[in-house]
Amino acid sequence: MSTATVAPRAPGSPIVSRIVIYGLLGLFALVYLIPFFVMLLTSLKPMPEIQHGNILALPKEPTLDPWIRAWGEACVGLTCEGIHGYFWNSIKMVVPAVAISTLLGALNGYVLTKWRFPGHRLVFGLMLFACFIPFQAVLLPMATVLGTFGQFGKTLINMTGMNFGFGNPTVNLVFVHVVYGLGFTTLFFRNYYEAFPTELVKAAMVDGAGFFQIFRRILLPNSLPIIVVTVIYQFTNIWNDFLFASAYAGSGDVMPMTVALNNVVNTSTGVVEYNVNMAAAMIAALPTLLVYILAGRYFVRGLMAGAVKG
Amino acid sequence: MTSIATSNGGAAARTARRPTMRARLQQALPKLVLAPSFAITLVFVYGFILWTIYLSFTNSKAFPKYVLTDARAYQRLWRWTFESDPPSSWYTSITNMAIFGVLYVVFALAIGLLLAILLDQKIRGEGILRPIYLYPMALSFIVTGVAWKWFLDPGLGLEQTMHQWGWTSFHFDWIKNKDYVIYTVVIAGVWQASGFVMAMFLAGLRGIDGEIIKASQIDGASPLQLYRRIIIPLLRPVFLSALIVLAHMAIKSYDLVVALTSGGPGGSAWLPSNFMYEYTFKRNEMAVGSASAVIMLATISAIIVPYLYSELREKAR
Repeated sequence: MSTATVAPRAPGSPIVSRIVIYGLLGLFALVYLIPFFVMLLTSLKPMPEIQHGNILALPKEPTLDPWIRAWGEACVGLTCEGIHGYFWNSIKMVVPAVAISTLLGALNGYVLTKWRFPGHRLVFGLMLFACFIPFQAVLLPMATVLGTFGQFGKTLINMTGMNFGFGNPTVNLVFVHVVYGLGFTTLFFRNYYEAFPTELVKAAMVDGAGFFQIFRRILLPNSLPIIVVTVIYQFTNIWNDFLFASAYAGSGDVMPMTVALNNVVNTSTGVVEYNVNMAAAMIAALPTLLVYILAGRYFVRGLMAGAVKG
Repeated sequence: MTSIATSNGGAAARTARRPTMRARLQQALPKLVLAPSFAITLVFVYGFILWTIYLSFTNSKAFPKYVLTDARAYQRLWRWTFESDPPSSWYTSITNMAIFGVLYVVFALAIGLLLAILLDQKIRGEGILRPIYLYPMALSFIVTGVAWKWFLDPGLGLEQTMHQWGWTSFHFDWIKNKDYVIYTVVIAGVWQASGFVMAMFLAGLRGIDGEIIKASQIDGASPLQLYRRIIIPLLRPVFLSALIVLAHMAIKSYDLVVALTSGGPGGSAWLPSNFMYEYTFKRNEMAVGSASAVIMLATISAIIVPYLYSELREKAR
């Protein structure tokens, strides 16, 4: 990709301009890394070293104790069992939400590009706009509807002894994230399938292949790049969500990770254990960071294809 | 005889009808597949928006009431908008929104463009630098907030470090200062978003036709002229996309304020999204909260709808 560019050279003598360019890039890299670096250092220091030391100093007696305590003993509200339970809450919510919204997005994108019908542009436009609404505009009605689901679940328990997930906060959040992720996943797949040769689909139709057969045998096997993008995007968005999580599962042991972390950090009782706080924040950041490092290249490339071109 | 004929005729009719039934199903299938998603969007996005608008015209407090009253909630917001002495929390929220929105968008665009241009100068180590600029995008606002809260805390962070290094007059307590706290939100927000803007611009730069640049270089254009007159104008669509993404992220921002400042001294770092949450869930003023959500939605729509309209119309051509 980069070989094709003819970047214009900066003015002045080549050596001076090179020094300026690398200097600026290095300076920015430093600024971007400092908060992370400081968090990491702090999470490896014992408390006395933090209170009397320098945030940029390397730990004199590095310890993993804060990480262990964050995982197993940190206090979230009144319970002090660490954040591991909330970490799993997030995992249990993210995995199904990502899987369902990605699959639906793929099917929607397929219909909107290869099985067009009159009004397809309006349908797509309405779904696209949904990506941009401030969620505050739907927060209250959703709370009411989820409350109704909970009532329905109670009725089901009385009748059958099972509630089939109605009223379960994790199920609720999966539902919410699928609903408000649909616009994005549809957008990604629609833009991707737009460039997919329609002739192949037509040929398969002539050969008598059905709707799902074409999807499974022809489109899906060629969709890996956009599936990667969609999964990363949905994973980071849902893992990082705070608004829905705090509105619909904001207390008790059902909280997702982001809410629990905020509670750990903003606890006002007792001595603030900064090292434990920082370790908890790092643990909360780890999954998305890992995903970005492992697959970030595909993400940026795919996002460009999806977002910039519209 | 007749019975055989009818049974034969019936079988023939059935075999003739069966493919049409199947064909009809095949024809309807795509729409049937799309229908649930579209229905969900209609109900849970557009239906809910109408529901919120309805609530904003009631006098719902802690629980929704469905008796339409009047536009009292909007009247209160209107009054609060111009009641700047002492400033109401709504006034603080919208002035913060203006400060945060403008600075966040401008700085993220400027830094993103600068980094993209610098990275595009055939840099060795681009593969290492790019992820460094991009990684804040992967973090949740809560984590970003925690990290910067720690770094900007005057008693523990940057200020303390500078003092220990001998610069005792160094003073930086914006995060505790109600007049400046919103600027710390800008710092953390720009830190998080500028790498993403860089990636968008970099993709734009890499997409520019090299022939155009070569031609103008032959014509004797200096690099500065080249950027000002040719390359940056060619990046116009990227500017627009980045602007739209940033503007809508700015209006949605909620968690960064919560984690970074816990709302700031006396709610001085609130954005309208924080106002909405607090009024709805903590102060039991659901109608006012809904009205503020409607105002946020209207603001975003004013930016997004023309953009989407032009995008989709362009596609149609």
